[in-house]
Amino acid sequence: MHPPPTTFASAPIRWARVNLFATWSNAVLTLTGAALSLWIVAAILDWAVFSAVFTGADGSACKAEGTGACWPFIQAKMGLFMYGRYPDAERWRVDLTYVLALAALVPLMIPRVPGKLWLTIYLLLAFPLIAYVLLRGGLFGLVGVPTELWGGLLVTLVVACVGIAASFPLGILLALGRRSELPIIRYASIGFIEIVRGVPLITVLFMASVMLPLFLPGDITIDKLLRALVGVALFSAAYLAETIRGGLQSIPRGQYEAADALGLSYAQKMGFIILPQALKLTIPGIVNSFIALFKDTSLVLIIGLFDLLGIVQQSVQSDPKWFAHSTATTGYVFAGVVFWLFCFGMSRYSAFLERRLATDRR
Amino acid sequence: MQRDVSAKRSWLDPIYDPKIRGIVFQALLVIALGFLAYEIVTNTIANLKRQNIASGFDFLARTAGFEVSQSVIPYTSTDSYARAFAVGLTNTLLVAALGIAIATVVGFIVGLGRLSSNWLIAKLSLLYVEVVRNVPLLLQLFVWYIAVLRALPQPHDAKPIAGVFHLDTRGLHGPLPIFGHGWLIVLAAAVGVGLAVTYYRRAVQRQQLTGVRTPLLWPSLGLILGLPVVAFLLTGASLQFDHPVLGRYNFDGGLTLLPEFLALLAGLSFYTASFIAEIVRSGIEGVPRGQKEAADAIGLTRGQALRLVVIPQALRLIIPPLTNQYLNLTKNSALAVAIGYPDLVSVFAGTVLNQTGQAVEVVLITMAVYLAISLVTSILMNWFNARMAIVER
Repeated sequence: MHPPPTTFASAPIRWARVNLFATWSNAVLTLTGAALSLWIVAAILDWAVFSAVFTGADGSACKAEGTGACWPFIQAKMGLFMYGRYPDAERWRVDLTYVLALAALVPLMIPRVPGKLWLTIYLLLAFPLIAYVLLRGGLFGLVGVPTELWGGLLVTLVVACVGIAASFPLGILLALGRRSELPIIRYASIGFIEIVRGVPLITVLFMASVMLPLFLPGDITIDKLLRALVGVALFSAAYLAETIRGGLQSIPRGQYEAADALGLSYAQKMGFIILPQALKLTIPGIVNSFIALFKDTSLVLIIGLFDLLGIVQQSVQSDPKWFAHSTATTGYVFAGVVFWLFCFGMSRYSAFLERRLATDRR
Repeated sequence: MQRDVSAKRSWLDPIYDPKIRGIVFQALLVIALGFLAYEIVTNTIANLKRQNIASGFDFLARTAGFEVSQSVIPYTSTDSYARAFAVGLTNTLLVAALGIAIATVVGFIVGLGRLSSNWLIAKLSLLYVEVVRNVPLLLQLFVWYIAVLRALPQPHDAKPIAGVFHLDTRGLHGPLPIFGHGWLIVLAAAVGVGLAVTYYRRAVQRQQLTGVRTPLLWPSLGLILGLPVVAFLLTGASLQFDHPVLGRYNFDGGLTLLPEFLALLAGLSFYTASFIAEIVRSGIEGVPRGQKEAADAIGLTRGQALRLVVIPQALRLIIPPLTNQYLNLTKNSALAVAIGYPDLVSVFAGTVLNQTGQAVEVVLITMAVYLAISLVTSILMNWFNARMAIVER
């Protein structure tokens, strides 16, 4: 589609002429955009390097007007941001949990590696138990660490991972229920999905934190983190159900009919024929739900849990030693970068999967 | 090889009868749900009695006794809880409506930018989308509220923008226009919109009958904007401005947009815009290439091809997910509670809940409001989709 070169201009100049200066209005746009980009780069460099404070034992060096980033703040609070108030001597347990998770997750994410079934079984059945024992402690000679001490990125990851793991089976059941031929099951599923999708996550969390204790018999008290997990899992299940329903709907009728013709029962039909195909189709959608869930975990700070954002917020607001405008900005930027790395990484992975799975379309 | 099936009937057969199975499964579900509901209700009643918390909706008529920093409708602390609820609801609707407008404009600009033939503009738009949508909204609200708006000058040091506006740590202050006959002008605008719609229908009819296209943009704009202006001039052109006056600590009078409101509006709009941009991009890319080529082939100009061929088809792909984003924005406005903007959740599920302790009623009412908004929107959307759907011949 590019016009043939009329002069013997070199390749970069030709490229610039076609892509940046094709018309007058285009040239104006390019120059405006270039000015904007330069301004952004300069502002970031100035904030992060030239006006930044790199050393200091407390916030006094960061209090000056026009200070950029306050890096010693991040350095001093790094442990807090990552583990919360998890005891220093026990933090290796958190790290070990991460290693055990990554050991299975990384091979699972690389399409070439065999043994996916065993890895999945390990991740879904064995790992949660190991992780619970390691993190919570109180067994096998490990010191117990109550969940009130958990915080920072640890809580963010726990809420996100437990949320997705718990909502996954529930989401599949709800999606199947919504497509069931039995009216009561169908309407019960529709009712749950639409109600949960119709309200903000905050109200669901409020419900979990304020109303759940009321629903249970008086002598049972449940952990604050567990309450948030229940809310997040129920909320995420409704969204996941809709994603999976999309996959179920895209399986050709013939597949259902063929399964029926073979005389398979409902459970066999779904378990061996429909769900494997439908779930494969919805993997990108599931990853997208997971990204949304990962960002939404930050809302647990509203019901008083200290996830990554919650602990950053608490540190910048209520630590008099570090109280300064530049520390607040630095804290938020740090949390933003961590969240961004996770979400962007996952969205790239989802796009990669989408390309890989779209083999039938070309 | 014929076998007599009927002879093999046994007492086990009903177990394999799909009809009976269906009834049994559903009966089990009903029993389980019923048991759950019974447990929840009895436990809740017992717990409330033990904690001495009243139940019922009588509390709505009682005096609220707390102030609200911003309200669309008149409100004082002597008003009832029901009034406080209305204040929260209108504040939610206000920020949602403005947020939707800004997010749509920004989203369309960025989405079109993604498709620009200009390399730099396309990359900058991509950068915006990838940065903004991969960071939690709550974090962005904190950044707007604390990192951006708290960095503004104090009211005394604020330099005026365009002569009359002041942006400082207390918010955005500007003159409040007071029209002599405000309702007449609103009425004229409504009449103008009505006339413009009629005019549009006529124009479409005329084109279908005769093939002649009537100019649409300027006459409709004239009707919608012109009529209020005429009404304004006819009623004596009485317009006054209530200018904010700098007091000892802050500006008094005039129109003030609080920093909480500005932060929430900016956060919601720019966050949602990044999603809208992707919807717009994929919508336009979703129009088959052949359609654009066909438009070129029958000799339409580039503008005509966009306006008459590409955009109508793209809108069909864009509007359903766009509505979803509008609903998301409305639901996300509940994050106001984190930065103290008095929206429905903050006023009602926050302050009122804490004062009355009637968690069940308050949370249920709050959820019902959002649910109602969602349901009404999806009903409208289904109606709209049915109208827009391609009629295959």
